[in-house]
Amino acid sequence: MRLALLEALNRARAGKREVCLLRFLDTHEEALVVDGEPGCGGPLGEEVLAAARAALREDRCRLVETAQGPVFLQVFNPPLRLVLVGAVHIAQALAPMAALAGYAVTVVDPRRAFATDSRFPDIALLDDWPDEALLALAPDRRTAVVTLSHDPKLDDPALEVALRSDAFYIAALGSRRTHQKRLARLREAGFTGAELARIHGPAGLDIGAVSPAEIAVSILAEMTAVLRRGKAELASREGESAS
Amino acid sequence: MIEDARLLDVAEAWRREGRRVAIATVVSTWGSSPRPAGSQLVVDERGEMLGSVSGGCIEGAVIREAMEVMRGAPPRLLEFGVSDEQAWEVGLACGGRVQVYVEAVE
Repeated sequence: MRLALLEALNRARAGKREVCLLRFLDTHEEALVVDGEPGCGGPLGEEVLAAARAALREDRCRLVETAQGPVFLQVFNPPLRLVLVGAVHIAQALAPMAALAGYAVTVVDPRRAFATDSRFPDIALLDDWPDEALLALAPDRRTAVVTLSHDPKLDDPALEVALRSDAFYIAALGSRRTHQKRLARLREAGFTGAELARIHGPAGLDIGAVSPAEIAVSILAEMTAVLRRGKAELASREGESAS
Repeated sequence: MIEDARLLDVAEAWRREGRRVAIATVVSTWGSSPRPAGSQLVVDERGEMLGSVSGGCIEGAVIREAMEVMRGAPPRLLEFGVSDEQAWEVGLACGGRVQVYVEAVE
């Protein structure tokens, strides 16, 4: 790999662009596709460009056979993000776990006593109101939003913004009864049943979690399943294990 | 632990320091290969390395090839798998096959 191309790739990644690195395994040539358009490197055939765009969209590295020979498509999408609403005990466990799993984590809580650096070392903290914070963070399809505060004044506005975004995972902590009440409030606010079905509530896989750390594991596991397998497949698997 | 994508920052930094650097990348897998396509290993001429292309079973063989590529040999595509007698030698006995592309940063 030429150093100039490696530098261009690293710059694009640092700028949070969607980058695909193409390696032509027979000719040892290489190229970049940045945000869907040809970047550094030689001219690309339509076939190869289309394959790179598909790989970026699906966020999957792959080897493809083309008229130009085998091409390895390596995808570098912007980092996964997790927004936690409520700087509570479970957030203290979930934030570092999610950071290890590759998420850029932001904890939102307007209550200053909760969102402190000593409780959340190395984690980005915002003391804005959750709806304002969420609007500023602009969740995309690489973002998960989890409300943990148990306080409808904090959780509901965050969920409303999340439901209007492309966030791949939206979850709310709380018992089934609390969740039914939450859904009723959001229905009042004008959301349809189909929209509300995007909320995983109670948050997390049912693994019998008790402690804050265990609940964090169950949430991170569910988030991972939705990210990697999609919500539909997760639902069908849960159905199988329940029957 | 270091994320795969960050390895390329390391590769760039090492090269700028004047070190010879090679990048090994998993380009395809079959069966129960431990690391998915796109997994990377960065190594310099002294054998200092970061990242991984397997659970540790083929790294030694990959690094030997990387040394030659760093000394000027063209990039090469390596294949490891259980169908190969070498599989036991390199230790990929976990039932997978993996192709690894090894290139130098020039």
